[in-house]
Amino acid sequence: MSATVAAPASAKYEMVVGLEVHVQLRTRTKLFCNCSTQFGDPPNRNTCPVCLALPGSLPVVNESAVELATRAALALGAEVHEESIFARKNYFYPDLPKGYQISQFDKPLATDGGLVIGERPDGAPLRIGITRVHMEEDAGKSIHDRFSGASAIDLNRAGVPLIEIVSEPDIRSSAEAGSYLRLLKQVLEYVDVSDLNMEEGSLRVDANISIRERGAAKLGTKTEVKNMNSFSGVERALEAEFARQVAIVDGRGTVEQETLLWDADRGTVRPARSKEGSHDYRYFPDPDLPPLRLTNEWIARIRDRLPELPDARRRRFAEEYHLGAYDIDVLTASPRVADYFESVARAHGDAKTAANWVMGEVLAVLKNTGAPIQQFQVRPADLATLLDMVRAGAVSNTAAKRIFALMVQTGDRPEQIAEREGLAQVGDETQLASWVDEVLSTQAAEWQRYLAGEKKLLGVFVGAVMKKSGGRADPRKVNQLLAARASG
Amino acid sequence: MTPPALSAAELARQHAAGTLAPRETVERAFARAAEVVAGPAGLNAILWDDHEAALGAAGELAALQHAGSRPGPLAGVPVVVKDNIATLTMPTTCGSRILEGYVSAFEATVVTRLRAAGAIVIGKTNMDEFAMGSSTENSAYGPTRNPIDPTRVPGGSSGGSAACVAAGIVRVALGSETGGSVRQPAAFCGVVGVKPTYGRVSRYGLVAFASSLDQVGVFGRTVEDAAIGLGAIAGRDRYDSTSADAPVEDYVGVANGSLDGLVIGRPREYFPDSLDARVRDRCDATIDALRQLGATVRNVSLPHTELAIPTYYIIAPAEASSNLARFDGVRYGMRAKAAALRDMYEGTRSHGFGPEVTRRILLGTYVLSAGYYDAYYKKAQEVRALIADDFRRVFDGGVQVLLTPTAPTPAFPLGTKSDPYEMYLSDIFTATANLAGVPALSLPIGRVDGLPVGGQLIGRHFDEATLFRVAFALERALGGSAHQ
Repeated sequence: MSATVAAPASAKYEMVVGLEVHVQLRTRTKLFCNCSTQFGDPPNRNTCPVCLALPGSLPVVNESAVELATRAALALGAEVHEESIFARKNYFYPDLPKGYQISQFDKPLATDGGLVIGERPDGAPLRIGITRVHMEEDAGKSIHDRFSGASAIDLNRAGVPLIEIVSEPDIRSSAEAGSYLRLLKQVLEYVDVSDLNMEEGSLRVDANISIRERGAAKLGTKTEVKNMNSFSGVERALEAEFARQVAIVDGRGTVEQETLLWDADRGTVRPARSKEGSHDYRYFPDPDLPPLRLTNEWIARIRDRLPELPDARRRRFAEEYHLGAYDIDVLTASPRVADYFESVARAHGDAKTAANWVMGEVLAVLKNTGAPIQQFQVRPADLATLLDMVRAGAVSNTAAKRIFALMVQTGDRPEQIAEREGLAQVGDETQLASWVDEVLSTQAAEWQRYLAGEKKLLGVFVGAVMKKSGGRADPRKVNQLLAARASG
Repeated sequence: MTPPALSAAELARQHAAGTLAPRETVERAFARAAEVVAGPAGLNAILWDDHEAALGAAGELAALQHAGSRPGPLAGVPVVVKDNIATLTMPTTCGSRILEGYVSAFEATVVTRLRAAGAIVIGKTNMDEFAMGSSTENSAYGPTRNPIDPTRVPGGSSGGSAACVAAGIVRVALGSETGGSVRQPAAFCGVVGVKPTYGRVSRYGLVAFASSLDQVGVFGRTVEDAAIGLGAIAGRDRYDSTSADAPVEDYVGVANGSLDGLVIGRPREYFPDSLDARVRDRCDATIDALRQLGATVRNVSLPHTELAIPTYYIIAPAEASSNLARFDGVRYGMRAKAAALRDMYEGTRSHGFGPEVTRRILLGTYVLSAGYYDAYYKKAQEVRALIADDFRRVFDGGVQVLLTPTAPTPAFPLGTKSDPYEMYLSDIFTATANLAGVPALSLPIGRVDGLPVGGQLIGRHFDEATLFRVAFALERALGGSAHQ
């Protein structure tokens, strides 16, 4: 990815940022019980003795969650360990039914990954390290504004599987943070482990940020910024917090270690209501769960089954389809768009035309409807047929756009539509000749000027014929006919 | 005390044969309970019961058998289970105020298995609150008395179950173990108590005290009663990730096995100079009996034994502090009225938990705290590994079973151990097996001043069968002297 990194906001200071990204794994059931993970069900419908923490209930690990977590970790270049340990993170909160969250602490699922988000000025890869990827369960939801004088708890989300992806403090600007998050999301989308929907909370980002003078080695006191609900929100929050910390340090103040909430409407951060005292989560290995043991063979099998990742796909698109960097970025942003493009390109044969249509017409329709490409009405094979028809001269480019619009509406095949709507290109000499005659008779003066050498008028006549034909005239043949008249 | 004339096996046989109606047996158990349990002078061994459900189950069983269904090994046998084991029709309070009136929405695997074997659960037994105690005096619902001598404790924490078996209400009862809570009350009440290997029995539905130590255990009037009970509940359960997939042997089938050539270990650390001389005598007599049965007895050493109690009192409270966090007044059980969340938590937990539970939660919270974790919890886990190694070394050296006293003294009078640490020492010979995860069994080996003394057999992981083989042989050899 060719991320251009924005110029630093301050000449004197730089920000040092690490990101913690929580991603909800797309499993049918929760991490430690068989309850559904369906989003948006009536409150507390998807609960059972285990996720309600009824006395005597015990957790049992969901194997498909382990598989998805492993896929994600491997795709992020991390080393997945043969043994990892579930630990209890103890704290009291009403939406945490057991009084502890089952997470992983000193022996996480995977460590030492990273993503290359661009290039440094000297051409070296700009890599953001990933410290660890660990599995944990989500908490429930506290609802404070529904009932007066009381809070309500919805435990549908309690126990839903998450991975937490913790980056190294390698990020030096809000733009780098944005690039990292966009690439992270893209990679996870490629390996298909999550819905990655920030509004529904299936992707959440917390940022740790400190500042230091450029060139200094020592890290400053960090704050944690939460409550961002978009990547651009993360970028804006980092800028705001950076500015706040710079102002404090320049005013000879001290940055307090605290948790801050991003207020997107006001564009500022404010302190989170501090929970009781400082946190001591009293982590210890969960005695209800034996260590999670994965064999190297199993891990290797998951690695072998990983799909082509964004980097590799970009390289291949350049080699195989000879597309430019911009086209490649657009087409590989989503694996499903890339799949769609490849299907059209392979069926049609001309990759550049396929790319233009997918990036233009197809993405425009998807943007308008907001629907994902997997629900797109026009099958790649049908779009390829349409492009074939254009190449063969069976329909004009103009007609093709109308046909495409009708394909989107009806899902019908392009040949059917062209036939039904009379949009097949007219190559019949007699018909074309009569349109040419009509045009030349109404524009006799211009024709004389053309014959006298004003060659640029040719386009005017062609256009007039096309218009008269309702776009159906084959422009190539019209040109030939006009040339014949001029010389005859 | 008149024990029921018929063993669990004989009851099941007669129910299956149709010569005795399960309903009659259940009614007799309730009648016996009414005689000894209730009232101010009663044993206070049963907290909750459900006559209707029990009699209904008895009727159903008879109907099923009539329809040709194969009777289980506990067909129509009444059992009681400790009140920290989840049941559907009776409360599950763990002897605590905080769960007063709480009825579980699901059933413990061990209860499901008991019922599948034909057993009829007639009541829930008294216990030290959340299984924390060694005398059943820490119950929010009052102490249980020892049927042998009602001025004395029945031991604990499964004192209610032990008392029900000793008093002749049932032949089989379930308890739970964390540091000796089945074996010690079995010894105090003169019955058989077995703590299986960690992982042998499902913990699903056993309200957790210390998850890495907890295991459901079985009381029997005789070795056979206990063997049938354990056979019914043992085996892998997919709802408990810590349950083991080890094959379950036929514990009754070993009843007539020989002890010829068996190597018994006598660990010197379990026979300290301070041991009550009469308890020591009973153990020595038991060792003689084992020799006469053909076993070889070796003196062995388990050098880290003295560290068991301090180790136990770090690990168990640490896990308990986390396990008991769910009792927060939010979803079930008691909830203190308060305007603010923190006040609700504090009110609920300080009124809901008794002093011993509170003490252990505080202790456990402390040892897990940042800055103390390494010095306490981590260190305790290291010592725990050494204790487990002690056993491994002795067993790898050819010893198959260890014989020790179950408890340092017979049952003590109610209200006499007010110092918690003195109470904790009651588990000095039993906590090791929980820390190492090995199986152990206590059986009566005689009396001192009319009070039962228990002998403890400790075996290798998943080798309950050998424990039962030895216990069957000893029970026969000791005969009436086990209860004199």
